[in-house]
Amino acid sequence: MSDVDVAIIGGGPAGLAAASALKSAGVERVVVLEREAEAGGIPRHCGHPPFGLREFNRLLTGPSYAARLVSSAQTAGVDIRTLTTVVEARAGGNLLLVTPTGVTELKAKRVILATGVRETPRSARLVSGPRVAGVVNTGALQSMVYLTKRRPFQRPVIVGSELVAFSAILTCRHAGIRPVAMIEGNERVTARWPCALFPRLAGVALHTGSRLVEILGDTKVEGVVLEDAKGQISRIECDGVILSGQFTPEAALARSGHLLVDPATGGPQVDQWGRMSDPTYFATGNVLRPVETAGWSWSEGGRTGQWVARDLAGLLPESEPSVRVSVNDHRLRYAVPQNIVLSQDVGGMRDIQLRVAQHVDGELIAECDGEQIWGRKLRAGPEQRVLVQTHEIASACAGRDVALRISEPTD
Amino acid sequence: MDQSLFDVVVVGAGVVGCAVARRFTLEGARIAVLEKSTDILDGASKANSAILHTGFDAPEGSLELACIRDGYAEYQTIRDSLGLVQDNAGAYVVAWTQDELRNLESIKAKAHLNGVTDVELVDAETLRAREPNLSRNALGAVHVPGESLIDPWSAPHVYLRQAMENGAKVFTSCEVTDGGFDGAEWRVVTTNGTLRTRHVINCAGLYGDTVNRALLGETHFEVKPRKGQFVVFDKAASGLVSAIILPVPSETTKGIVVFRTVFGNLAVGPTAEEQDSRTDASTDEETLKALIADGINKVPALKDMPVTATYAGLRPASEQKEYRISATSEQNWITVGGIRSTGLSGALGIARHVYGLYENMGASHDKLPDPVIPKANMLSEAGLRDWKQDGAGEVVCHCELVTRREIEAALHGPLPARSLAGLKRQTRATMGRCQGFYCSARLAELTDGCFVSAMAEKLPHE
Ligand SMILES: Cc1cc2nc3c(=O)[nH]c(=O)nc-3n(C[C@H](O)[C@H](O)[C@H](O)COP(=O)(O)OP(=O)(O)OC[C@H]3O[C@@H](n4cnc5c(N)ncnc54)[C@H](O)[C@@H]3O)c2cc1C
Ligand SMILES: Cc1cc2nc3c(=O)[nH]c(=O)nc-3n(C[C@H](O)[C@H](O)[C@H](O)COP(=O)(O)OP(=O)(O)OC[C@H]3O[C@@H](n4cnc5c(N)ncnc54)[C@H](O)[C@@H]3O)c2cc1C
Repeated sequence: MSDVDVAIIGGGPAGLAAASALKSAGVERVVVLEREAEAGGIPRHCGHPPFGLREFNRLLTGPSYAARLVSSAQTAGVDIRTLTTVVEARAGGNLLLVTPTGVTELKAKRVILATGVRETPRSARLVSGPRVAGVVNTGALQSMVYLTKRRPFQRPVIVGSELVAFSAILTCRHAGIRPVAMIEGNERVTARWPCALFPRLAGVALHTGSRLVEILGDTKVEGVVLEDAKGQISRIECDGVILSGQFTPEAALARSGHLLVDPATGGPQVDQWGRMSDPTYFATGNVLRPVETAGWSWSEGGRTGQWVARDLAGLLPESEPSVRVSVNDHRLRYAVPQNIVLSQDVGGMRDIQLRVAQHVDGELIAECDGEQIWGRKLRAGPEQRVLVQTHEIASACAGRDVALRISEPTD
Repeated sequence: MDQSLFDVVVVGAGVVGCAVARRFTLEGARIAVLEKSTDILDGASKANSAILHTGFDAPEGSLELACIRDGYAEYQTIRDSLGLVQDNAGAYVVAWTQDELRNLESIKAKAHLNGVTDVELVDAETLRAREPNLSRNALGAVHVPGESLIDPWSAPHVYLRQAMENGAKVFTSCEVTDGGFDGAEWRVVTTNGTLRTRHVINCAGLYGDTVNRALLGETHFEVKPRKGQFVVFDKAASGLVSAIILPVPSETTKGIVVFRTVFGNLAVGPTAEEQDSRTDASTDEETLKALIADGINKVPALKDMPVTATYAGLRPASEQKEYRISATSEQNWITVGGIRSTGLSGALGIARHVYGLYENMGASHDKLPDPVIPKANMLSEAGLRDWKQDGAGEVVCHCELVTRREIEAALHGPLPARSLAGLKRQTRATMGRCQGFYCSARLAELTDGCFVSAMAEKLPHE
């Protein structure tokens, strides 16, 4: 006996879109389990545009976008349970929950994991120095500024130059915080134009090709030490450090349970329907991989909702036979999905998503047992997304596992 | 400050001071504990490996060995009533080279001499069967079944609470700076005022020599801080080993250990780095990378495990290996110094030993007939954590499942947390995977007005 048809863990854009899609597809008992006091996910604390273009055809700030997602899910009849933390995901769709009234179990016919991404904290970056107050990720800073109206410092440095680092600048400005510098290890800003101009416009000194080597201070941050490409050491006085980006899926439930995790993405291993190693579980949104926009995660969630509805109706192919897809090149971070089910059904993710770790200019090739089965030219910069059509690989691999890599141009 | 005459002032609320405070209170002495930090356990005791040692490898015939043996035994007797945890993980001293393999026999012999008689040798095959994730390079081991894992903060915390609930006074943010003895009474000068006491027990850890110099005018030892860095892996890694994996020790250090924690993590460390600073517990990237590599060498599956936390602790070592405990009877003074690397295990035994020294000075009291027995914070993953109990309400720290009720208890309880570090030790908030990504903002709000130095200030224009 199941308590619900589908339980969705996480009420961000992906989870809410999946829930709404399930309701539209006629699935009856759909619940979203959200551990925060409000659903909406990360956009709740992104107090800036642009959100909502794809979903609502309007330019919204994160919080109003989040509120709209919540109300449209509720209108669709989704049961959103906030302050509900899923602490264990057990075989067959059995969940252990902590709710304000106590610990309970919930049995679902299908579970969708939509727990999103977070940034890598100081510890996992192994940054040298004493453990001082004032070192935060962008997410924590945004929550402080937009949700609890506070600021932890006034003159921080920002580490990283992915898009989120520019959100950090906006967040700082909103809170009257004046970042003193932006530090990027690569020679170029990661986020693409026009962002690259932005720090200068905002009066933030940009240090590219510089690595944060140490955080200084006694009990609070007093400065940081940088090393540039030539090995020159310099010091910047500041009272805080914003560690931005280096996203990692919030996949604790999969990792500490029975579900297989892909070390390359840090998220669960899935097939082209987002189905995990236990086929009662699916995943969608940014928990699949670091990192896409809210709009992307929302679309993905909607599609996953439809696939799960099909699965409940017995219309998805079995998980086997399948082939593994992996990356075999340090310039490629990951490939999602990690499994491709070989079947007549050409539904599911249209594309395999790859991400490039550093600037590449060559040919992206797919190999089976060392034999090239597919290839195309590739020119891309760090953190850029690359899509490869799932069916091209599925039909070329002849039932063998696939490894993707980059071969240098051969003029 | 309280102007009545105390029997004993304990300087420092590290694990040693907490255990001493408890012992003296239970024996009937009227005591005050003076701690310079905003929170207790903020010195050497803030970061260690959290292993309750049996003493199998302690120097033969040493005071350290005696204290560890007594401490271990007392921990067994008070554990259940105080609600303390003990994970009987056991340990393997693993030989990775032929030389080390030849050493195992003598390690076993020493353990037996030290009274730890259940220690035995195991061959590579048995070791592999019991620890299947250990590298194939393990050649054999000494099994020490009694080595255990405990909660390094909740234990001393409840020792001190037991002292308080039976009458001891605790003053935090109160640094002892000076003092004088008139032949019968000490006047102890602190940053918060002056106290009167018959006896002083110096448990100042990393500042043991400094406090001796400031109040006694001399010191019989010098503190030589020795840093130990650690890497903590994701909780998913904790299933990779069941026992504590010790190396064959060298002359100077116990070496790098792979161990689980009662909080459900797996950690690798500590290093042993001599330094002058008594406060600088920095970690550095190079050392952390070396620790990770060492961990992967021993437990190859750590390769795919994310790092959750990194930290460092400072051992209050001295010029000698032995504890530097001494009584200066003429001045009603006892120094409990140089409790270098086994203080968590030895604390209860040290406290008994120190009480003996105190009686030798001619002091005596009537034991408390019916002492209050408080319950320790339950932060162990396997224990009955607050989130598992009804009415816990909101979960604030999602990674460590810390409830709002626990946070409020720590902020408003008998030993109120006055810094984020203190709150962490009482609740584990922000100590998990995300290190505060999700809950810092909520914590800043909940701790408003509680911390000596606030996590964040209110926005000026809101
Ligand atoms: C700091 C930061 C800033 C960002 N800024 C932008 C931006 O400006 N624009 C943009 O387009 N994208 C941004 N992103 C990317 C962001 O991930 C996506 O916008 C989007 O939020 C992804 O949606 P999601 O539903 O996959 O995950 P999320 O929005 O992260 O939602 C996941 C939800 O799951 C809940 N949850 C997690 N674990 C559990 C559990 N065990 N039990 C119950 N609930 C749980 C969480 O509380 C959360 O509400 C940012 C990401 C971060 C980390
Ligand atoms: C890396 C590492 C690993 C370890 N692993 C283990 C282990 O696994 N098992 C084990 O048993 N032991 C272990 N130890 C050892 C153990 O942590 C120490 O022996 C113990 O913490 C020492 O405690 P203490 O009370 O003597 O010192 P401290 O904890 O330093 O306490 C002294 C207190 O006195 C206060 N103080 C100082 N000066 C003054 C003053 N003038 N006025 C008022 N207060 C003052 C300080 O603030 C401090 O709180 C380890 C230690 C380290 C560093």
